[in-house]
Amino acid sequence: MRKYFDRIARIAGNVLTVHAEGVTYEELAVVVGEERSAPAQVIKLEGDQVSLQVFAGTQGLSTRDRVRFLGHPMEFPYGDGLLGRVFDGAGRPRDERPDPEGTLVRLGSPPVNPVKRRLPDRMIRTGIPMIDVFNSLVESQKLPIFSVAGEPYNALLARIGLQADADVIIFGGMGLRHDDYLEFRAAFEKGGVLTHSVMFVHTASDPVVECLLVPDLCLAVGEQFALAGKRVLVLLTDMTAFSDALKEIAITMEQIPSNRGYPGDLYTQLARRYEKAVDFEGAGSMTVLACVTMPGDDVTHPVPDNTGYITEGQFYLRNGRIEPFGSLSRLRQHVNGDTRDDHRAIMDGCIQLYADCMASREKRDMGFEVTPWDEKLLRYGEMFEGRIMDLAVDISLEDALDRCWLLLGECFDPAETGLRRALIDEHWPSGAAR
Amino acid sequence: MRGRIVAVFGNLVVAECEGPVMQNAVARCHRADGAQLLSEVIRVHDNRADLQVFEETRGLKVGDPVEVSTDLLSVQLGPGLLGQIFDGLQNPLPELAERHGYFLPTGGSTPGLREDRVWQFEPAGRVGDVMQAGDTLGYVPEGIFKHHIMVPFGWRGRFTVQYIAYAGKRQADEVIAEMTDESGATRNVTMLQRWPVKVPLNVSRERLLPSSPLVTRVRMIDSLLPVMRGGTYCIPGPFGAGKTVLQQITSRNADVDVVVVAACGERAGEVVETIQEFPRLSDPRTGRSLMERTVIVCNTSAMPVAAREASVYTAVTLGEYYRQMGLHVLLLADSTSRWAQAMRELSGRLEEIPGEEAFPAYLESRIAAFYERAGAVRLRTGHVGTLTIGGTVSPAGGNFEEPVTQATLKVVGAFHGLSTARAHARRYPAIDPLDSWSRYAGIIEAKKVAQVQRLLRRGNEIRQMTAVVGEEGVSVHDYATMLKAEFVDAAYLQQNAFDDVDGSTNAERQELVFDRLLAVLDMELEVTEKEQARAVMVKFTDLFRNWNYVAMGTPEFEAMAGEINDLVALGGRDPVLEDVA
Ligand SMILES: Nc1ncnc2c1ncn2[C@@H]1O[C@H](COP(=O)(O)OP(=O)(O)O)[C@@H](O)[C@H]1O
Ligand SMILES: [Mg+2]
Repeated sequence: MRKYFDRIARIAGNVLTVHAEGVTYEELAVVVGEERSAPAQVIKLEGDQVSLQVFAGTQGLSTRDRVRFLGHPMEFPYGDGLLGRVFDGAGRPRDERPDPEGTLVRLGSPPVNPVKRRLPDRMIRTGIPMIDVFNSLVESQKLPIFSVAGEPYNALLARIGLQADADVIIFGGMGLRHDDYLEFRAAFEKGGVLTHSVMFVHTASDPVVECLLVPDLCLAVGEQFALAGKRVLVLLTDMTAFSDALKEIAITMEQIPSNRGYPGDLYTQLARRYEKAVDFEGAGSMTVLACVTMPGDDVTHPVPDNTGYITEGQFYLRNGRIEPFGSLSRLRQHVNGDTRDDHRAIMDGCIQLYADCMASREKRDMGFEVTPWDEKLLRYGEMFEGRIMDLAVDISLEDALDRCWLLLGECFDPAETGLRRALIDEHWPSGAAR
Repeated sequence: MRGRIVAVFGNLVVAECEGPVMQNAVARCHRADGAQLLSEVIRVHDNRADLQVFEETRGLKVGDPVEVSTDLLSVQLGPGLLGQIFDGLQNPLPELAERHGYFLPTGGSTPGLREDRVWQFEPAGRVGDVMQAGDTLGYVPEGIFKHHIMVPFGWRGRFTVQYIAYAGKRQADEVIAEMTDESGATRNVTMLQRWPVKVPLNVSRERLLPSSPLVTRVRMIDSLLPVMRGGTYCIPGPFGAGKTVLQQITSRNADVDVVVVAACGERAGEVVETIQEFPRLSDPRTGRSLMERTVIVCNTSAMPVAAREASVYTAVTLGEYYRQMGLHVLLLADSTSRWAQAMRELSGRLEEIPGEEAFPAYLESRIAAFYERAGAVRLRTGHVGTLTIGGTVSPAGGNFEEPVTQATLKVVGAFHGLSTARAHARRYPAIDPLDSWSRYAGIIEAKKVAQVQRLLRRGNEIRQMTAVVGEEGVSVHDYATMLKAEFVDAAYLQQNAFDDVDGSTNAERQELVFDRLLAVLDMELEVTEKEQARAVMVKFTDLFRNWNYVAMGTPEFEAMAGEINDLVALGGRDPVLEDVA
């Protein structure tokens, strides 16, 4: 029987401090009160003072409560029985079914040895030209969607998730509106993936810090499926809610904030989660897609900023479209070399011209004279937006490349495209000016 | 010296000790399950030592024993470093993978070099020779190099050789020489020695000014913003601007003997690329596998933070070691900001008074001291060895007005600042040619470089002017100048890193193409209409861009050079273009 400690010294924010002995760092504990029991984790040891982060918040806890330490860090049962299940942010069933069973796995496993990682080389086709042509998604990639409230980022996440053809989908919701949760569920059901998915859902009405565990739960379970040879896709939304919960804890612990109140280790905390995306040499893989809402639509905000430095690119979703500037898949060059010989050239060429078009638009909007060259660019930009950028477009990579050539042929002379002659000779649409 | 843990907070452990404790000494925290976690003393107050633990502190408890050594954090030096992949504390990752599988173990500390590896030793001294630290006792072949076995760098005074091994196969930890110091005491030398990573390793006659260019085969760098062997440079840029790609191509193409890649606190996947691609790629200088000249030190973002702090020191020490052999070494650190952040995390836990953006007050001096370890030196043999350091900087929000970028700019010799606008427009490499600078001389004559830089400045001014007054507000002449600046960018500065030919331009080709470029720029465009000027420059741009993709020395290369010369002779006015006009 484990001992109870009842000398609670301090309760502040989501942190409770108790006098105790023999406690290990990051061990799990339960605060047992009259009204409720709250799970907690050791975040600081100092002499006999043990600081605990209480996941459901400290509201209602009192100095009369007692603390029991469990002797092990955070764990969760793993097994095929998880498939089709829904849990809350603390890992409790949300689907009125019994507690899950299986082998216990520890949350926050050690990092993967880089020499045991495979070089990713399998493209995930999404049918979205802005992704497939310009920023190909790759199995085992970690990639966020940067967006703002009001944009259909959850719908995009669900769409990519369903098209990705993964063996197992793990969904993690943080601060999710209940309606959004229901929409994801409906999308999964309609897409026929509910039976091979696991959902961890923390909603906006749950205690804020409870969402801290969601990424770790998703990634620990996902990692096990990947080690068992499965191709796993983890969908996380919204990682900004997670970061804000980290901020709350840091402030309670009186850590010196580095930037807009966020702790100095925000980068490390996020990286430890995102870096779980992996293609195991000799086993399966785990791909991580996450939504990150940008407070004030500001990319330089610490959450999107740190995320961008960690992930393998990002998709900007703005005005219902994936922005061509700034959106980036850093792994695209691992896959777009063996799709079609014109893939890379189209990828760069079309965007360079679109960038030139933006300059011409600016000129036009300022009321300046537009040259014939500007006219060409303006026409091109319009067509590019309608035929390629529109999210309603759902065509194969090859069709999208052909469509780009047609567009170029309609708008430009070959030399104006900046594309290499050899490619022009091969792909320039017949009938267009040469 | 033993002590006991009294506090644990993140990677910071406070231990109460019974005896004297040395600052920066290595310590080991004994976890209940027997694991020994490596750590370093970073502050001593009364009988307490603050330790930064290089591994996960999960599972430690108050009262756990701590053992404090009298050694500073050190690396092992000797043959066998080249081609290796180490973590930030010099644990060989392939060996850890063999023993522990997919995941990195805690408390799995492993020697950096194999003591039982056998090398073909060839003596370079004789009994009776008097030597000093750093002098060469013999050689072993390490890949393409003659690896010097040197008198340990930490030995002070003169030593007389009493015994030296004959040529033949020797194990790395075998005594290959016995020496006596001035008092007559005997000391043994093996092929392996240790050196504390935070102490600069430089046993030389004098420091020299960097004097030979380090060709990277990136045109914009070599021609306009050169780096020199023994110099320092930095690459600040927002995420996605191309810092890592630039370092990766430099690690392949740089004209040096040895490259140390320090992957510091960034993505593991990027290291995997290097690990898997290098053995298959060949060194442009020797034709041998690139891995034979490369050492990888990687402490990626998910690996423990304190070890990240140590990793740049490990890497620079390995670089200095090869410099002692008279080699040209390049250290590429990606990213120094992660190293600075590791310092910040720790400083926060130590509750030190924070400076700007919560970085510690000593940030600047640490950065300066790190880059100071680069340099060209004349060794005691008269040979020159160099260590060049290039570090990326990842400024928060992409804003260069932040402490790490600013501190770095104060100490480096060249600044390659990446711009978001260029990256978004896919103008790679996204180095901003106007903001960036270099204090070094490169392969192109200074006069010619200045001419191109003036043109780029002027072109930019005119572009800004058109944003205010429209294109109609600038003269045809100015418009043509703007187009010429744009041509330099598109035809020369932009370079496709993923093309075998365009991705790597050697010095000879840069000199040749640069002169052709100047011929175009010197051409007076005889045009009366702006559209005419644009058509001419589109033609030149197209020619140069296609030329860039053709290997030098091929008939096609010569043919295109001829085409360009002809067009220049015609002042850009070929019959087809007349139609456009
Ligand atoms: N020189 C280049 N040529 C072509 N593409 C590049 C180049 N530099 C960067 N890129 C593109 O930009 C992406 C991000 O570059 P990277 O070096 O990883 O950025 P950073 O390290 O600055 O975050 C790459 O994955 C690649 O697609
Ligand atoms: Mg990078």
